[in-house]
Amino acid sequence: MATTTTKTAPAGMTERAKEWQQVGRGLAFLSPWLLGFCLLTLLPVGLSFYYSLCDYPPLKKPVFVGLDNYRQLLWEQDVTGSRGDPIFWKSVYVTFKYAVLALPGGLFVSLGLAMLLNVRVPGQAVYRTIIFIPTLVPTIASAMLWMWLFNAKLGLINTLLARIGLEGPGWLTSPTWLVPALAIMTIWGVGNTVIIYLAGLQDVPKELYEAAEIDGAGVWRRLWHVTLPMLTPVIFFNLIMGIIGTLQVFDAPMIMTNGNGGTDRAGYFYTLYLYDNAFRYEKMGYASAMAWILLLIILALTGLAFWSSKKWVHYQGK
Amino acid sequence: MSVAETEKPSVGVVGYRPEPEAGQRVRRRWHPELWMATAGLLLVCAGFILPFVWMASTSLKTLEKTGEFPPRFIPDPVQWTNYYSPDKEHPDLGVLTHSKMHFGLYARNTLIIAVLAVIGNTLSSALAAYGFAKVKFRGRGVLFGVMLSSMMIPFPVLMVSLFTIFRWMGDHGMGQWLGTSKPLWAPAWFGSAFNIFLLRQFFLTIPDELGEAAKIDGCNEWGIFWRIVLPLARPALTVVALFTFMWAWKDFLGPLVYLQHEDQYTLSLGLQTFQSSHGGTDWNLLMAAALLVLSPVIVLFFLAQKTFIQGIATTGMKG
Repeated sequence: MATTTTKTAPAGMTERAKEWQQVGRGLAFLSPWLLGFCLLTLLPVGLSFYYSLCDYPPLKKPVFVGLDNYRQLLWEQDVTGSRGDPIFWKSVYVTFKYAVLALPGGLFVSLGLAMLLNVRVPGQAVYRTIIFIPTLVPTIASAMLWMWLFNAKLGLINTLLARIGLEGPGWLTSPTWLVPALAIMTIWGVGNTVIIYLAGLQDVPKELYEAAEIDGAGVWRRLWHVTLPMLTPVIFFNLIMGIIGTLQVFDAPMIMTNGNGGTDRAGYFYTLYLYDNAFRYEKMGYASAMAWILLLIILALTGLAFWSSKKWVHYQGK
Repeated sequence: MSVAETEKPSVGVVGYRPEPEAGQRVRRRWHPELWMATAGLLLVCAGFILPFVWMASTSLKTLEKTGEFPPRFIPDPVQWTNYYSPDKEHPDLGVLTHSKMHFGLYARNTLIIAVLAVIGNTLSSALAAYGFAKVKFRGRGVLFGVMLSSMMIPFPVLMVSLFTIFRWMGDHGMGQWLGTSKPLWAPAWFGSAFNIFLLRQFFLTIPDELGEAAKIDGCNEWGIFWRIVLPLARPALTVVALFTFMWAWKDFLGPLVYLQHEDQYTLSLGLQTFQSSHGGTDWNLLMAAALLVLSPVIVLFFLAQKTFIQGIATTGMKG
């Protein structure tokens, strides 16, 4: 009698049992991730929420204080009548000022660059590489480079401006120009996003261009009516990533203002204040509350983006 | 005889050219759009590259000449000792020999952390990705959604708690974690959402038939994973390894929070400490140091160019 070497479930195993067997298999593969998720994500998130309701100096045990941290941050009035922690509000303002500059700026520049880089010019690969390389540079190195470029007296930017007769601002020492300077530096590092747009551009069906050309559409009309609508999913993806990223910027402002946010705290980003509260002012509970407020802001903004996406994002039916 | 080289049409906003006929060798024709695009690209790329060139130029200047006006790109004289000072009496003239900047040490620390993180993350992410892609089980979709949303959690939310957890482990006999480099690479061994996502998308493109055929031959799920899917996924795994390496190399906040002794510092942290406490205004030295720190990454990129760009494109598109 021939014996088969096929591994089958024991005869008579029910559908349900087979299902559970599959679940077991699946979880087995997921187990490292699942374990890490519980220990390094769920647990910290839960703890963090608890700490946000505590007074928690690093070397002592956290003491529950209810909504005190949030009250102090957001609505407690001081003698002058202003609500909440003024430094907190300042950091919110700084971060949003940066986001408003860096997000749209980055979006336009990266989209424009991607379209330029999509033209089959000789040396296309070289141009793409050049645009991409700044994203590889460790932030400390590019921060130091831009600190040198933005140096008020000796930096290249001001000396070049001087050559054409303009007097450059103090940049990193100027309260007005610090955040724009950081935005410029960010735009230099936009290569990552460009590559993603390039991939999106490849995906636009050629037939649409053909049809448009037959209908007599010129370059700009093709751009507006074919390319952009087809790119909306990619734009949306980059928008979400951008929101999440710009609100959390830490490395560059920290390095370039030596952690203190510069003159007038003009560069005191949200995460800088959070870090200071946690590790310098011994207020880990306060920092945790800030973290949760940040999470809520990010959720709200991405939620808004998702809701608005129904109006302007077209997915190609696939 | 003409080579049957068909050139892909210039698909993109700036002009669509119809497919050339088969068998024809195509030469590029210089339409005005091509001129404009080339001009634009040259301008933009010059702007992008200028900082690097200036960085290299400054790194070879003497201190007085760093601020000269009008700015000169070619240093005169060229001061190689900014990098390496052979003079034992004055080692601080060169960043590689500087008493306060231990390049070799920092590089070694960073390399160890990066390699450990890469190995751990690639393996665990591949495992999870296989589970999400190939093992059909109940609740898989939900877990996947949970994993994706975990990507949106800002690090500050986790920062304080992770710090506490690692300190707690030290206080409760589970080994010293704070003040070591362990928190920088150990978490990578549990996979990372980004890499799991990337690999899962890739695994989905591998036909199920391969697995089915193997099952008939007596292979179990693990065998399919290890002997069939993984070898096929080499390009994607390479991308994951590269990305993880780059991320570990660049990481600044992690080392800032967890490392406490200078001899554990990574390149990022070491360079920042050097800049903020010792090198304040010696721009030539600072540029030399920064250039040294960013070079390995650039070299790595050039060696693995295609894989990099392909990897980013894949993630973005299927997002």
